[in-house]
Amino acid sequence: MLPPFPTEKKVKNGMCTAQKDWGMQDIEAAVARHPAHRGSLIPALQDLQETCGYLAPEALAVLAKHLSISVNEIYGVATFYTQFRFSKPARHKIQVCQGTACHVRGGHMVLEEFEQMLDVKAGEATKDGQVDLERVACLGCCALAPVITVDGLVHANMGTRKVPAILAPLGVKEESKAT
Amino acid sequence: MSSIAETYTQAESDWKALESAQGPVFYVGAATCGRAAGAGKTIERLEQEIQSRGLSARVVETGCIGPCCLEPVMIVQTPGAPQVLYGGIGPEEATAVLERHGLGGEPCAEWALGTMDGSVWKGVGPFQDHPMMAGQVRHVLRNCGIIDPEKVEHYLARDGYRGFLRALEIGPDGILEEVKASNLRGRGGAGFPAWRKWEFCRSVTSETRYLICNADEGDPGAFMNRSVLESDPHAVLEGMLIAARALGATEGYIYCRAEYPLAIHRLEKALGQMRELGLLGKNIQGTDFSFEMKIKKGAGAFVCGEETALIASIEGRRGMPQPRPPFPAVSGLWGKPTVIHNVESLANLPQILVRGGAWFAQFGSESSKGTKTFALAGKVNRTGLIEVPLGTSLRHIIEVVGGGSPGGKSVKAVQTGGPSGGCVPADQLDLPVDYESLTAAGTIMGSGGMIVLDEDNCMVDIAKYFLSFTQEESCGKCTPCRVGTRAMHAVLDRISKGLGTLEDINTLEEVAMTVKNGSLCGLGQTAPNPVLTTLRYFRHEYEAHILRKECTALACSALVEYQIDETRCTGCGACRRACPVGAISGESKKTHVIDPKTCIHCGACLNRCPEAFAAVYRQSGTVLRRETPKKKSAAAAPEESAS
Repeated sequence: MLPPFPTEKKVKNGMCTAQKDWGMQDIEAAVARHPAHRGSLIPALQDLQETCGYLAPEALAVLAKHLSISVNEIYGVATFYTQFRFSKPARHKIQVCQGTACHVRGGHMVLEEFEQMLDVKAGEATKDGQVDLERVACLGCCALAPVITVDGLVHANMGTRKVPAILAPLGVKEESKAT
Repeated sequence: MSSIAETYTQAESDWKALESAQGPVFYVGAATCGRAAGAGKTIERLEQEIQSRGLSARVVETGCIGPCCLEPVMIVQTPGAPQVLYGGIGPEEATAVLERHGLGGEPCAEWALGTMDGSVWKGVGPFQDHPMMAGQVRHVLRNCGIIDPEKVEHYLARDGYRGFLRALEIGPDGILEEVKASNLRGRGGAGFPAWRKWEFCRSVTSETRYLICNADEGDPGAFMNRSVLESDPHAVLEGMLIAARALGATEGYIYCRAEYPLAIHRLEKALGQMRELGLLGKNIQGTDFSFEMKIKKGAGAFVCGEETALIASIEGRRGMPQPRPPFPAVSGLWGKPTVIHNVESLANLPQILVRGGAWFAQFGSESSKGTKTFALAGKVNRTGLIEVPLGTSLRHIIEVVGGGSPGGKSVKAVQTGGPSGGCVPADQLDLPVDYESLTAAGTIMGSGGMIVLDEDNCMVDIAKYFLSFTQEESCGKCTPCRVGTRAMHAVLDRISKGLGTLEDINTLEEVAMTVKNGSLCGLGQTAPNPVLTTLRYFRHEYEAHILRKECTALACSALVEYQIDETRCTGCGACRRACPVGAISGESKKTHVIDPKTCIHCGACLNRCPEAFAAVYRQSGTVLRRETPKKKSAAAAPEESAS
């Protein structure tokens, strides 16, 4: 009964980075959904990111041709916006909210705990390609701060002590980071 | 016109049928925040129970009713009794409420928050008397949490689109007069009168005009617009129709953050329903008024909340602001006259049209009319979405509605207006919340984020936090903003590490003024506000960091020393194993010691020390903070909730 959020893992908003199989025909279909008009650029990029999980170079080449603009120009626009990524996403995505409400309730400590346990910095993926760790400005669940999302699912009232339990189902164990 | 009249009759009779249903009805708040708190599981459980017991009960998904701290919330309706609002309803509680209230007809006093119709029923008082509701006037939020946002019939049954139908009758000039009488000011933060923006735009001759709804709620700590879009999307869309009619706009855009997937989903659904009802497209309701709307997803750039940057983003360019004039009302999207309104400004319009501008103007203060929604969050007991008449004092909002700070700590300051705003200290809480008073105090109204700070929050750290946000979000067009925010952040970082000098305070003030005066758009012009207000009201904290290397709030990690209380340490070794730099030594079952020279102040030891011992404590200068040991059951709690 619930709309596709958040009970289903695939959040249909271009934010989910679950790995998918795609081919050139998927890219061409995604591009063709948008009229050949400059105003289509950002929606088309969002569509492509949803299709491929990231902005693959081959996808941008197709889009550039469709909109009659250069690939450079597309990169110029795409790199301005934090939503777009240019490398393959990891299997899982963890977003740690760094909004004001989360910050005053210790959201930065939650992020540090994730960084320590995963042995990555925010914005990086773990070496085994399992987890992407991202910081986001605000998820709009400020009343339940600090919050994080795991593959689009919101976890409220986080704390550093809850981090191991979040990571365990993703195959990350507490011991793995110990040196 | 007959079709809409028929729809109204049908919608109203459906609504009445729902309200007087034979079986129990459960209205569960399922906006993003409700779902984050577990409303999905509550709904699942209710549906299971209803199915397995073969009950003639219904579950209705509504939006957010406001008290986020009490999520998941649920309204229960049984035949012949008033609706009762419950808070904190997880799956177990849902079963209990279903059995005792839904079937047994007796309220569950332990979770009841009040009745919805203002009556006293079997010992449950009205929800209106709940302290969280004190002084609240819900106009924008009138449908939030009451109706199913995905059913246009619910909206129609509660006077939906009647404002727009009246707008069609009285015509553009009539609408303008009504809005002028209401003196509605922009709810995005700047407070520019809506009617003046419209007049400005109408004075330009053009075939095409655009209307944009700014739903790029990027302020960290604000969620008013998300809540309205998720709980009552039609109110915003009706507002757009009204504004479009007044302006003669032919095309509208809703620029919504991609971080709000549920809001986008509900807007898309609502647009489809409007089209079916003949409220969108060519010759709406048989008049000469034609209007189309599109949703544009933001791509994660805070600066796109600024109107010229937002336009650039819709045009498919980098979201960088343009110099004004020309103002967008004269030359905006694709060079055509464009009016941009905040979500809440638009959501106010239907009621202004239905009840009249004079009705609207009787709420609020002399210069700021109407009500305003605020997202109350941070160190406050009752977090949530509230709506109060403008002019209400900050003290009332925080102490009465919000119930003060948790844990008996004292409120230190209130941060309003997000990264563009500032901090109002606790001794100025009697300040009325209106555009002018907040500006005089050095902050701004902003879109309505209100973050309460208590004694554990360091004001240098707060200023640093906002500057790290603005320096990252600065688009880089204007040098003072691009370089200045970075420079201020560097100085604040130095101070927070105990490396600052008194000269740094002067530097901060100087750079702040340069950034304020030398930037094109609102982001740069207001970015120094967090620094300037904290310097104005909390200079002593800056000085403590600089002169005594002391962070009284124990928030600046470099100035905090971690130590182990030998009377509490049992030598379990959890901290030793957790320490990333090997600064902790000690034999098993003997007191451990932290070497201050090696310690990097990461706090891992404090986090790992079992809560039952709580042997690690923090110290900064003369300030010392011990955590109180908790019983074993409390220490085991996090595992449960995470599974």
